[in-house]
Amino acid sequence: MSKIRVLVGTKKGAFILTADGKRKDWQVSGPHFAGWEIYHLKGSPVDPNRLYASQTSGWFGHIIQRSDDGGKTWNTPGSSPEELKGEGGFPKGESNKFVYEGEVGKHLWYDGTQHPWEFKRIWHIEPSLSDPDTAYAGAEDAALFKTTDGGRTWKELSGLRNAKSHLWQPGAGGMGVHTILIDPKNANRIFIAISAGGCFRTDDGGKTWKPITKGLKSLYELPDPDAEVGHCVHRIALHPSKPDVLFMQKHWDVMRSDNAGDKWNEVSGNLPTDFGFPIDVNFNEPETVYVVPITSDSLHYPPDGKLRVYRSKTGGGEWEALTKGLPQKDCYVNVLRDAMAVDSLDQCGIYFGTTGGQVYCSPDGGDTWNAIVQNLPAVYSVEVQTLK
Amino acid sequence: MIRVVLPFHLRNLARVDGEVELEVPAPVTICAVVDTLEKNFPALRGTIRDHGTLKRRAFVRFFACKEDWSLESPDKLLPAEILSGAEPFLIVGAMAGG
Repeated sequence: MSKIRVLVGTKKGAFILTADGKRKDWQVSGPHFAGWEIYHLKGSPVDPNRLYASQTSGWFGHIIQRSDDGGKTWNTPGSSPEELKGEGGFPKGESNKFVYEGEVGKHLWYDGTQHPWEFKRIWHIEPSLSDPDTAYAGAEDAALFKTTDGGRTWKELSGLRNAKSHLWQPGAGGMGVHTILIDPKNANRIFIAISAGGCFRTDDGGKTWKPITKGLKSLYELPDPDAEVGHCVHRIALHPSKPDVLFMQKHWDVMRSDNAGDKWNEVSGNLPTDFGFPIDVNFNEPETVYVVPITSDSLHYPPDGKLRVYRSKTGGGEWEALTKGLPQKDCYVNVLRDAMAVDSLDQCGIYFGTTGGQVYCSPDGGDTWNAIVQNLPAVYSVEVQTLK
Repeated sequence: MIRVVLPFHLRNLARVDGEVELEVPAPVTICAVVDTLEKNFPALRGTIRDHGTLKRRAFVRFFACKEDWSLESPDKLLPAEILSGAEPFLIVGAMAGG
């Protein structure tokens, strides 16, 4: 029988939740890296026991952790005694060395001046679809890094910062690369999105990038609502069978593109509010999409204190509220951008975590929901592995 | 032998319990102590000092003999009590306050 492994990053550590394919009885492991902020952890699609984790601290900087046994044990990559010897016997210890390529450069700062890029942390790690030793890492300040040696060393794909980065400006939450989508039909095509930067596409494996923002409108966030860069894209999702179809939860507006981001159309339809953070696609139904509406940019909790996932079976435009098993009064949590995922079982499971520490699972495509755990630290990210 | 006390999270990262004892080549300065520490525990590289600039992280402090050495030159010779091992060199996470 299939097994489900849910990887949860929280404000105070990582947790791993496991169940069989029924998704009823769950085991909870953790906290791993107790006390550290875990922005994200994700497994390799090629080798599901290869997990990468992004561990960060306001005191001690950023750490990359790797597990080769499905999360039972973890190491900073390259930390075995044989691997540690660099030139002259000096240890390498470079798995957390994220250095911008070449001239550091500057981006727009809050006061209108140009501010040098400063590495703070990794927001999102996206393992390659074909090689467990290759992964991409989305950084704050916004940049994309790549490893080809299992996380021992990282190199910036600096072409991204040639895409009008002098105009990128951090929002209140920081300026980080939070979404990395690899086209399953074309490994040279990657989509990324940056908080308060916009979204971008490469068609040459990361050498060159272009903004893909035509059709986005940010009426109250940008002086030019149709600007090429600067839109606060919260999340992008795609279905592996139709990688040219992209769904976006923007700061405000839910958007859809049918041509790999060349043009976007609004599909907010009858949503109670089109502000929100995560968006995802049902594994078995490429036109079934999920969002979690949040009241507004000033009120980061669900409308009316009711936690509702909305599902569209028409690729956007027409939405239905999913409420069974979710709190329908006095609920004032948020669901962050990286905190929703789907499994790939025949009846697709949908998962999301909240800033109140709950992780919910729907084993039936959103019809009903159960809390797997209730009292974790604030959930930053949720990823799901379907293990055969 | 130089005795070094690490904060909780760095002890976990380095996988050590209690104090760390280091053979630090002379002259024994903050820089030399941290260099030796990182050489012995490479997982700590980048956590006490920035990888690129080697500057102390803002919320990491250095204490020696009841004095705050955080703002001292990293090349200043540490006190005799640290060199003799009578006193430990403390690397601490700054108080969060709040």
